Amino acid sequence: MSSGVMQISSPRLPRWAPALVAVMALALAGLPAIFSGWGIVQWLLAALVVFLVAMPLWSRFVEGPRAATDRLVTTLVWVSFGCAMAPLVWLLWVVLKNGLPAINVDFLTTSMLNVVGDEQGGILHALLGTLLITLAATAMSVPIGIFTAIYLVEYGKRSKPARLITFLVDVMTGIPSIVAGLFALSLFVLFFGPAYRSGFGGAVALTLLMIPTVVRSSEEMFRLVPDDLREASYALGVPKWRTIVKVVLPTSVAGIVTGVVLAISRVIGETAPLLVVAGATDGMNSNLFDGRMTTLPVFIFSQYSTSTPVGYERAWGGALVLIALVMVLNLIARVIGRIFAPAKGH
Amino acid sequence: MTATVSPEKAGPDTTPPTTRRGDRTFAAITRLAAFTILGVLVAVFVFLAIEGWSGFTSVPDTYAPFTSFVSYIWPLVVSTILASAIAVIVAVPFAVGIALFVSHYAPPRLASVLAYMIDLLAAVPSVVFGLWGGRYLAGYLQPFQVWLHDHFGFLPFFGPGPPTPNGRSLFTAGIVLAIMILPIITAITREIFVQTPTLQEEAALALGATRWEMIRYAVFPYARSGMVSAVMLGLGRALGETMAVAMILATTPEVTLNVVGTASPATIAANIALNYKEATPERQSLLIATGLVLFLATFLVNFTARWITGRNQRKLAR
Repeated sequence: MSSGVMQISSPRLPRWAPALVAVMALALAGLPAIFSGWGIVQWLLAALVVFLVAMPLWSRFVEGPRAATDRLVTTLVWVSFGCAMAPLVWLLWVVLKNGLPAINVDFLTTSMLNVVGDEQGGILHALLGTLLITLAATAMSVPIGIFTAIYLVEYGKRSKPARLITFLVDVMTGIPSIVAGLFALSLFVLFFGPAYRSGFGGAVALTLLMIPTVVRSSEEMFRLVPDDLREASYALGVPKWRTIVKVVLPTSVAGIVTGVVLAISRVIGETAPLLVVAGATDGMNSNLFDGRMTTLPVFIFSQYSTSTPVGYERAWGGALVLIALVMVLNLIARVIGRIFAPAKGH
Repeated sequence: MTATVSPEKAGPDTTPPTTRRGDRTFAAITRLAAFTILGVLVAVFVFLAIEGWSGFTSVPDTYAPFTSFVSYIWPLVVSTILASAIAVIVAVPFAVGIALFVSHYAPPRLASVLAYMIDLLAAVPSVVFGLWGGRYLAGYLQPFQVWLHDHFGFLPFFGPGPPTPNGRSLFTAGIVLAIMILPIITAITREIFVQTPTLQEEAALALGATRWEMIRYAVFPYARSGMVSAVMLGLGRALGETMAVAMILATTPEVTLNVVGTASPATIAANIALNYKEATPERQSLLIATGLVLFLATFLVNFTARWITGRNQRKLAR
């Protein structure tokens, strides 16, 4: 202003400023790191602290306090992502490293029947159990969940019963998995005697855990469907239920599939309720309604509990298979979600 | 103004009765599904109460090494609260940060990949987290816990007893719980952040707001109730998470606030899983009774969270 030139934008730091500060922070933290022999983690942490102080400070002098806050938050957001990814990548790597040596054809095609001592054994029985129980739970929970969501969004609106159901779904979300297992157990024990254990009991427990996830995600997706679409359909004389089936559902199907997958991925690794209701067995059992049934997570836990090297090895092998299974499921669901996703209008 | 549809044209249309029947059937099905949930929840409460009732007032032997229900469950309650508190305190800031990163900071082309990664990681089963936590993380966190004990030992949470020798403490369990609830909170929060009306965001930016101010004044108010429900889901999972705690924690019946000590009482859920196998009928009732307490506690948490959500919505509506 004083020079007679009208400034219409405040001064900004150059684009390479964060990179420069990052390098300088690393160098600055590197000095004590070398002299007092810190590990890589401590060095990075120290560098991070330097960056967190230096970057906003520089920005504050050049760009002003608001921009400084903005830069601080930007840094924190990036850091939080990096920090959170670290343990998860670490976990996956550890599972791969320990799991791969344990996996071979025998491991995948035999059960633990008559396996003693350091013999290898296998997980076929657990795979079968996981598949059956999860399928049964999905078959029961998805219809209930989606219809409930339809009721909440399309029929109940803001009525008293709908508010009650929403509230109960929230309550159900908070049901700890072990409590669901205890419930399924007491239910079946009451009807079939105290020694009753079955895969179906486990499926009931998992259904209880899946329903709220399915309802909440579907509900959220249904609410995202613009009312214009519904009204356009009504205006064409289409009855309400056909509007729901032909307009609302297809529009939100991608989101619903994602929700169902999240629900499945939550329950497929559930151990506690199955430990209580479905029990564990070493042999194959393909009957959901009769006898104990091992699932993969329960297999992992029992092998971990043995606290023996061979037990740990089996547990890691099972963990790798379980994670691979979940990821493949996710991938399939994502592809399905892609195919059915409605074209973006805008 | 003339009517464009003449009665003659609409006359032969015979669909109304059938569609009304279709509508009625469909509505009935949805209502049935919705009230199944009510039935199931009532059943959960009733069955747990029936089976667990004798657990509240059993003979003193059942509660060994304690003598009454309250003294039996008190250490478990303390541990449950401590572990969940650690989990939520650690997880929430990270979760919000990651969600913001994916929705507003990451380059758009990268964002969908990152979102997919988090979706995948939400699926890592609890038993695998337990395996990893017990075999790897505990060892790596042990020096940090010793450091906490040395520097903050004057706080009841990090002292006064000796620090953990192998890292299998409530602190490690809490950190694992935090990592476990992180993907869930993140996924939900991110989904809500993405839904913020673009026009509001652009209006904020056009008024000269920095990106952070835009997020504070456009994204957060829009997403607040969703964020609360996301945290609620996370807390619910942390409270009831069984396997990670059961597989990591070195347990003792002695009540302690020290989360980095050699051992802590198990959480309510982990205690059930750890003691279920060798349970006598009385002991089984007792475990179911503690399950009922856990159920009621989570009910209370959800109720409070919902109340907060509702209050925020009313505030926004005003």
